[in-house]
Amino acid sequence: MKRLPVYGLLAEFSGPDELKAAARRAYAEGYRRMDAYSPLPIEGLSEALGFHHTAVPLIVLAAGLAGCFGGFAMQYWISVVSYPLNVGGRPLNSWPAFIPVTFELTILLASLASLLGMLALSGLPMPYHPVFNVPRFAQATRDRFFLAIEATDPHFDRESTVRFLESLGPTTISVVEQ
Amino acid sequence: MIGPGYTYASVTDTISSIVLTRPSPLAWMLGIGVSFLLVLMLMLSIAYLLAVGVGIWGIQIPVAWGFAIVNFVWWIGIGHAGTLISAILLLLHQEWRTSINRFAEAMTLFAVACAALFPLLHLGRPWFFYWLFPYPNTMRIWPQFRSPLVWDVFAVSTYGTVSFLFWYMGLVPDLATLRDRARNWWAQKAYGVLALGWRGSAIHWKRYQIAYLLLAGLATPLVVSVHSVVSFDFTIGIIPGWHSTIFPPYFVAGAIFSGFAMVLTLAIPLRRIYHLEDFITARHLDNMAKVLLATGLIVSYGYFMETFMAWYSGNLYEMYAVMNRAFGPYAWVYWVVIGCNVLAPQSLWFSQVRSSPALLFPLALIVNVGMWLERFMIVVVSLHRDFMPSAWGFYTPTIWDWSTFVGTIGLFLALFFVFIRLLPVISIFELRELVPKPE
Repeated sequence: MKRLPVYGLLAEFSGPDELKAAARRAYAEGYRRMDAYSPLPIEGLSEALGFHHTAVPLIVLAAGLAGCFGGFAMQYWISVVSYPLNVGGRPLNSWPAFIPVTFELTILLASLASLLGMLALSGLPMPYHPVFNVPRFAQATRDRFFLAIEATDPHFDRESTVRFLESLGPTTISVVEQ
Repeated sequence: MIGPGYTYASVTDTISSIVLTRPSPLAWMLGIGVSFLLVLMLMLSIAYLLAVGVGIWGIQIPVAWGFAIVNFVWWIGIGHAGTLISAILLLLHQEWRTSINRFAEAMTLFAVACAALFPLLHLGRPWFFYWLFPYPNTMRIWPQFRSPLVWDVFAVSTYGTVSFLFWYMGLVPDLATLRDRARNWWAQKAYGVLALGWRGSAIHWKRYQIAYLLLAGLATPLVVSVHSVVSFDFTIGIIPGWHSTIFPPYFVAGAIFSGFAMVLTLAIPLRRIYHLEDFITARHLDNMAKVLLATGLIVSYGYFMETFMAWYSGNLYEMYAVMNRAFGPYAWVYWVVIGCNVLAPQSLWFSQVRSSPALLFPLALIVNVGMWLERFMIVVVSLHRDFMPSAWGFYTPTIWDWSTFVGTIGLFLALFFVFIRLLPVISIFELRELVPKPE
């Protein structure tokens, strides 16, 4: 793969509203390969970047259903097929007694899937990322807001993109090294 | 919700300084010292138990459950308040939860850890604890899935796992803050690894929030189910005083009641020692006191209904179980329970009590004691006299019962002190959301 000289450009903003306005402007300008970084979740920011749907709920649903049906099937197989115990002639498939464990396994698998699914879709854990090369980026987990336009974007051009970012009124603009 | 004049930067600096820069206060040193000694006592008690067996405890037929199960139910109940605060109050948009959810979740985890010790130690041969799980084995046997004791294994292990996931997920953005603010090389690496490379991307935040809400939605029915399953351990049995349909809701309310008492027990010294009055405000204490009052009333209703149903059933044994509680050899337990859990919380009707940490703290301790004795009443007092007077007995705890119980209090506190020292006690990123936007 051809290594690009820079990862992209990083513009710093002082507040969440400025960042959201800048993200909207950049999207309207035609930029698509970009990301915004903030110390707290901002309502509507991911939509401003053109990101609307996430597969997290589907993953959680699938895992929950797997836990539900898998959990019941396990108890059925153990109690009816593998190790049938005749307790006073009661039915082997005593399904009401299997509900608590079925329920717990549904919750267990769905919960694991929500954390792991969120991490996997986001590509985490990722110890190295080029934006960490910018010293000021350490403030992104404190009180600073950043918009990154990546060099892989078809509209990216070192000079014109800098000019565009300057027009958004950021406090600083940094070049992100690979 | 929080004190005036805070900005994104100042809430970040205030909370992270407890971990990164401020020297540990004398109270912390003393606290960890004393609780660590208690942990050593717990280790000694467990070692002796493993060497000799459960005969070192006071358990004997007819009271084979004793302190181990009393402590198990007490600890797991305490955990419930943490999940209630983190999950249910999140779904209900109660923003005041933000200042207390982190340490309440930590409390849940540590309480579940202490709780899980007891059934394991009570097994007799704890090194075979994995026989509780369904795994293919050379004995060619499987667990009995019709038994509430097996349901309990699944409920408690799921609860412990989900509590951990919830707590860790909430911590990830704050760990990234600590990673970026730590000056010590080891701290940077440790927080860096735990933060998983979190960088606050808007797209990650979006997935994060959805996953967090889903986790809260899953934890809500879970927390109700856990103490219901614990109550099944009793209600499925036919012992008078156990075999009652009111147990599941009454156990869940009792769990939240005792858990909020423990949250207050931890929050009041914590905010004072670390000067967090701007974040854990008088309003937070007031709200927690109101929850304590409401759940206390539900518990009182449970006591009343148990007594009423015993009379209304006309069942000789049920009626005797109630009379034996109130006037039998353990009558003092019953009356102390009524005093601690029914009468003492009535003081919370007065706003002067709710707004005074100096009154709330002893009240929380009283409720902690009362709820422990309530479980003693349910476990021991019901078992010691069942149907046949020839099978009656008496239960007296030994020194090892006490040392194991007090040892787990030490373990709980020691874990909590370590947590205060190493991780942010209040969720920083959620506090930022409460800060008014800069102009």
